[in-house]
Amino acid sequence: MAKRDRMSGNEAVATAMRQINPDVMGAFPITPSTEIPQYYSQYIADGLVDTEFVAVESEHSAMSVCMGAAAAGARAVTATSSAGLAYMWELLYVAASSRLPITMAVVNRALTGPININNDHSDSMGARDSGWIQIYAETNQEVYDNYIQAMPISEAIRLPIMICQDGFVTSHGVSNIELLEDDEVKEFVGEYKPENYLLKHENPLAVGPYGTSPYYMEVKRAQAQAMKDSMPIILDVAEKFEKLSGRKYGFFEEYMMDDAEVALVVIGSSAGTGKEAVDRLRAEGKKVGLIKLRVFRPFPRVPLADAMCKVKAVAIMDKAESFSNSGGPLFNEARSSLYDLPGRPYAINYIYGLGGRDITVDDYYEIFNDLFIIHETDDPGDVYRYVGVRDSRYEEGGFDHRKY
Amino acid sequence: MTKKINEAVEIRWHGRGGQGAKTACLLLADVAFNSNKHVQGFPEYGPERMGAPITAYNRISDEHCKVHSNIYTPDYVVVVDETLLNSVDVTKGLKETGALIINSKKDPEEIRPLLKGYKGRVCSVDAERISMETLGRNFPNTPMLAAVVKVSNILEQEKFIKDMRESFRHKFLHKESLVEGNMKALLQSMDEVKVG
Amino acid sequence: MMKRRAQDINEKITWQEVTTGAEIFEPATSLLVNTGEWRVMVPVFKADKCRHCMLCVPFCPDSSIPVEGNKRLDFDFDHCKGCGICVKVCPFDAIDFVKEEK
Repeated sequence: MAKRDRMSGNEAVATAMRQINPDVMGAFPITPSTEIPQYYSQYIADGLVDTEFVAVESEHSAMSVCMGAAAAGARAVTATSSAGLAYMWELLYVAASSRLPITMAVVNRALTGPININNDHSDSMGARDSGWIQIYAETNQEVYDNYIQAMPISEAIRLPIMICQDGFVTSHGVSNIELLEDDEVKEFVGEYKPENYLLKHENPLAVGPYGTSPYYMEVKRAQAQAMKDSMPIILDVAEKFEKLSGRKYGFFEEYMMDDAEVALVVIGSSAGTGKEAVDRLRAEGKKVGLIKLRVFRPFPRVPLADAMCKVKAVAIMDKAESFSNSGGPLFNEARSSLYDLPGRPYAINYIYGLGGRDITVDDYYEIFNDLFIIHETDDPGDVYRYVGVRDSRYEEGGFDHRKY
Repeated sequence: MTKKINEAVEIRWHGRGGQGAKTACLLLADVAFNSNKHVQGFPEYGPERMGAPITAYNRISDEHCKVHSNIYTPDYVVVVDETLLNSVDVTKGLKETGALIINSKKDPEEIRPLLKGYKGRVCSVDAERISMETLGRNFPNTPMLAAVVKVSNILEQEKFIKDMRESFRHKFLHKESLVEGNMKALLQSMDEVKVG
Repeated sequence: MMKRRAQDINEKITWQEVTTGAEIFEPATSLLVNTGEWRVMVPVFKADKCRHCMLCVPFCPDSSIPVEGNKRLDFDFDHCKGCGICVKVCPFDAIDFVKEEK
């Protein structure tokens, strides 16, 4: 029986955590994820859960707590944002290579320089090669649903998982949500029963050994395989979740893609605004579509490329700048996935929404307009673009991407 | 294939840090939710300082609101602190079919000249006086919320009054006087709000 | 297939055979490595001079001095690396230290 409610994305994550009642939480406050441990420690104080909350002095220690707990056989969780995630950096890699299934709620916030507390994806995108599964949400509902699916995925494949949502946009925005009953969540997530763990006395175990050169590469190759093997598990868990909740999830969502001529690929809350733009353009008779990427790690290379091939031109949206001189992280991987396909569309990149810069329906109109121009002229122009940034070349009267 | 366009009612709140505009915005989301609406209530966040101008937003609709951007062409603007008129362009983008609702002792005719030629409805309510009379302290949230519901007509008014009584009862479980005080503030504001 | 027994893990195993997270599933796997081969100098236990004070035992970094019934025995030469710490700490000159003839 679903319960209608309204709450912020942070409260939604804390609620999912309460329903799961994990063994250990190690956390340190940082905006905009602070409310998650805050709500959760209240639940502990109120006796609703019996999680061991370890108040640490830094995120480095928060992740260390989770790793120790997970290695000992406990279900361990944490939450962080931005610089907090950056401060976990070295441990992210250790947690993943030690194959410790830790669940981390990431409330995406820009990584400092200049200092900023608002949303973009630079924090988790920076951690994209650390070996963690990454799942992103458009709405409060999705972050709740993703969190409930996190442990069944992570524990089955033994990889740590980040459940990401957009800082402030969903984390602090109150909206409608359908909650599952506590016992439904408990049954869905189940008990964590690792095969081996440090505190299993009949089976002594060493975790995190030194990996000399003759072994290191084999260990990393096996880790890469685990990421690949998590794909069917993610779909399997999504299917079971749909049976429970009626809400369907996959690697990505295709919105009005069937007869679309041009489309966006976008991650997170901005996909909602993009869908609104699609609705309005469709009402004007324009064949536009949108692909909302939910799972960034593992990167669903083949199915995503197939979906993009339905259109003639695609705008790949990055809420993180790579300073790479060749586009953002999503662009590089999505575009590269198209390379071998004969019917591939033009693929251009937009960097948008850095440090909380708003992206509006009007901005999407502009992007779709650009895509139609590319489609009609058969000329992609400069593929590495920005939207929503003040540019003096525009002010001088007419700046054309294609000429630049 | 086309989709129905979602026509959410969009509201922008202007207040000062610490005055409770964000709380009022979330409260409105709450009561609209209780009326089976789809809601969004979200503040525009920054490093918050007491007294600095802040903005908060609501979208209220009969179906799921997809848009996650800020609100640039609101149907209604609520000004919790009238001194903001000097520093913030409160009617920016405000639809002329909508209304501005301001916490002020002044009549709408006195406010209008301060609004850069806004032609829609201007509504004022003396939320500070109402709050002092009914609660003995300056909590403009309840009267402002009531004025918004009255002017915008986004919620069925009798149900709103009933829901609010329930919500206050829940909130002030052990302080019956606060329930009555808030209800008085609510009704008085709905009664007194001047539409010009 | 994953190789779970330490004695089966060697530099020829493939990535499919390494354990998940490179975990090691049994204790005292260092016993399998014959570090005694690394020795250049070798300690020589002179039982007649030894007073069994046991000072050498905790100092040995390789746990290569076996003890039985409050008496130390001769070195475990499979694991003694010949570091000579025991020679330095012995108060009774009961350990000689000489170049090993192999």
